[in-house]
Amino acid sequence: MARAITPRRKALNTAIAWAIGLVIFFPILWVFVLSLKTEGSAILPPLDVLRAPWTFESYGLVQERSNYFRHFSNSVIIAVGSTFLGLLVAVPAAWAMAFVPSKRTKNILLWMLSTKMLPAVGVLYPIYLLFIRMGLLDSRLGLTIVLMLINLPIIVWMLYTYFREIPGEILEAARMDGASLREEVLYVLTPMAIPGMASTVLLNIILAWNEAFWTLNLTAAQAAPLTAFIASYSSPEGLFYAKLSAASVMAIAPILIMGWFSQKQLVRGLTFGAVK
Amino acid sequence: MTMYSRALMGACAAAALATGASAETITVATVNNGDMIRMQGYTDDFTEKTGHEVEWVTLEENVLRQRVTTDISTKGGQFDIMTIGMYETPIWGANDWLVPLDDLSDDYDVDDILPAMRGGLSHDGTLYAAPFYGESSMIMYRTDLMEAAGLEMPDAPTWEFVRDAAIAMTDKDEEIYGICLRGKAGWGENMAFLTATSNAFGARWFDENWQAQFDSPEWKETLTFYLDLMEQAGPPGASGNGFNENLSLFQQGKCGMWIDATVAASFVTNPEESSVADEVGFALAPDTGLGKRGNWLWAWALAIPAGTQKEDAAKEFIEWATSKEYIELVAANEGWANVPPGARTSLYENPEYQEVPFAKMTLDSINSADPLNPTVEPVPYVGVQFVAIPEFAGIATEVGQEFSAALAGQQTADEALAKAQALTTDAMEAAGY
Repeated sequence: MARAITPRRKALNTAIAWAIGLVIFFPILWVFVLSLKTEGSAILPPLDVLRAPWTFESYGLVQERSNYFRHFSNSVIIAVGSTFLGLLVAVPAAWAMAFVPSKRTKNILLWMLSTKMLPAVGVLYPIYLLFIRMGLLDSRLGLTIVLMLINLPIIVWMLYTYFREIPGEILEAARMDGASLREEVLYVLTPMAIPGMASTVLLNIILAWNEAFWTLNLTAAQAAPLTAFIASYSSPEGLFYAKLSAASVMAIAPILIMGWFSQKQLVRGLTFGAVK
Repeated sequence: MTMYSRALMGACAAAALATGASAETITVATVNNGDMIRMQGYTDDFTEKTGHEVEWVTLEENVLRQRVTTDISTKGGQFDIMTIGMYETPIWGANDWLVPLDDLSDDYDVDDILPAMRGGLSHDGTLYAAPFYGESSMIMYRTDLMEAAGLEMPDAPTWEFVRDAAIAMTDKDEEIYGICLRGKAGWGENMAFLTATSNAFGARWFDENWQAQFDSPEWKETLTFYLDLMEQAGPPGASGNGFNENLSLFQQGKCGMWIDATVAASFVTNPEESSVADEVGFALAPDTGLGKRGNWLWAWALAIPAGTQKEDAAKEFIEWATSKEYIELVAANEGWANVPPGARTSLYENPEYQEVPFAKMTLDSINSADPLNPTVEPVPYVGVQFVAIPEFAGIATEVGQEFSAALAGQQTADEALAKAQALTTDAMEAAGY
């Protein structure tokens, strides 16, 4: 039974929710504001920043100096590629753990998650050396593989929890009707798991898009994605806030828009099921 | 040997030669400083002259350092040229991480590089990086405010004069602060300034036996003087101010004096950026009569990492970028005030460049910095505003946090110095000194 909420209480809750939302969103909003100012005014105290004239100058300069499209396409290829490569590995793994668990399944899941607890820099040198040997440095393929490996535990975990929500009896019924394993996964499991898979895909694209350790450390000129594009606008000697902000807005805009449109799917996926 | 096989061998040799001299694509790692960005715009000139193409990788300064350290120590060969500073060059040169630049062509005229720069970018007498631009630090001051305060800035002032002038120029109601100095924590931020300043007060980082010296009266005097001065005549929130923040304050006309990199002179005198462009004077960094001035020495230099496959093309690039011709190219297109300063003697002998208002003071400042004998008392290290050992960056950043906290009023000078002494001693012991 729903609890009765007074209109006053509701208004208060709404106000608090908006306030928290604004606080969380504020840094992005401020970056957007700074990107529309000149370098000289972007470094002023906040109120003076707002009073300073608005201009698209920084966007023009960034556009002129950098190859945005190359960084953008690298980001898309790496983020989408690593996510789908991850799905290829994770769907069978999560299927096995959800529907044919063994007594070690829980431990395997925990072990997979524990690899996320290792600081990335701890394996920088081994991976760097491997990449040199395999000629994968500064290649999109290399980055796609690394980001797939980094995000794999999350993909498996997410899919595993979604798959667990699906009653095993339905799959059993399909098997009784003579469905092969391939047909069972493709035609029975997948359609039911689509909301969960969609949110897994979205979340992992976002994670891969924003990943700024490996993408900076394993690239040079060719495979550098938008994270490297942002990093190139900070300057030790010279004002840079406005151009850095413009570069940041250009880098986050695609993923922000994607997130905006798929918000419903994302929230549904993340809150899917009764116990989450 | 038949005619046929001879012809074949000849053809092969010719092909091999042609490949050897053929056009390459070199990758240059650099930082986002104005002069570097300008250089990127002239890449076509290099390609036209040599046939080599250039790929630029611009990174944030600390990311660049970490990135090239990984690559260079694993011989990854991702970069053919990288931009490094005076701090890393001797250390990396000693590690054999850099290709020695001892066979540059005669046309390049290596003897024309300013002696201070050449010394700072060498290890054991071998040059490991060529200066693209060099800098020292100096006082930039507002001539109008100085005049209004009834004072006249000498060419070589003392700290006492600077303090008195700063207090006289301060008008907090009008948001005019007599002096703007670095307060933001970092080995290349507040510690560059404070280390250089401490030299003028007779302090030093280590004695001859590598013992930390933050418990010395000289360091106490340095820090107390700085904190008192900033309290009386500094801008609010100074503990967050680095080069860029002070540059902005000065350009808005809020600072009477600013002691910082000589390269800032071209920014504060540029009427498009600076509201006080016509009212800026220059003077040497102050001293206290002990024989050392608080001015540092730094160069952004180009070096070739050992392990590159394109050493010859990389050398050609360095010769192009740090040549007299490059300076002339920039001067012809953008005026003499915009050429990369502080690298070559011939630039300062050029009558046209001598007309640039900050040219003389920049050269005098560079020449008065001595990285080999930076302090009043002897020290076992090289470097004016840094100590050229690998551990320095980490230690100085931590010390910088303590000093920055003292400036923010979170602790006293004594507390900050005691912590600095303790953490430096620990770190140096752990490093085996």
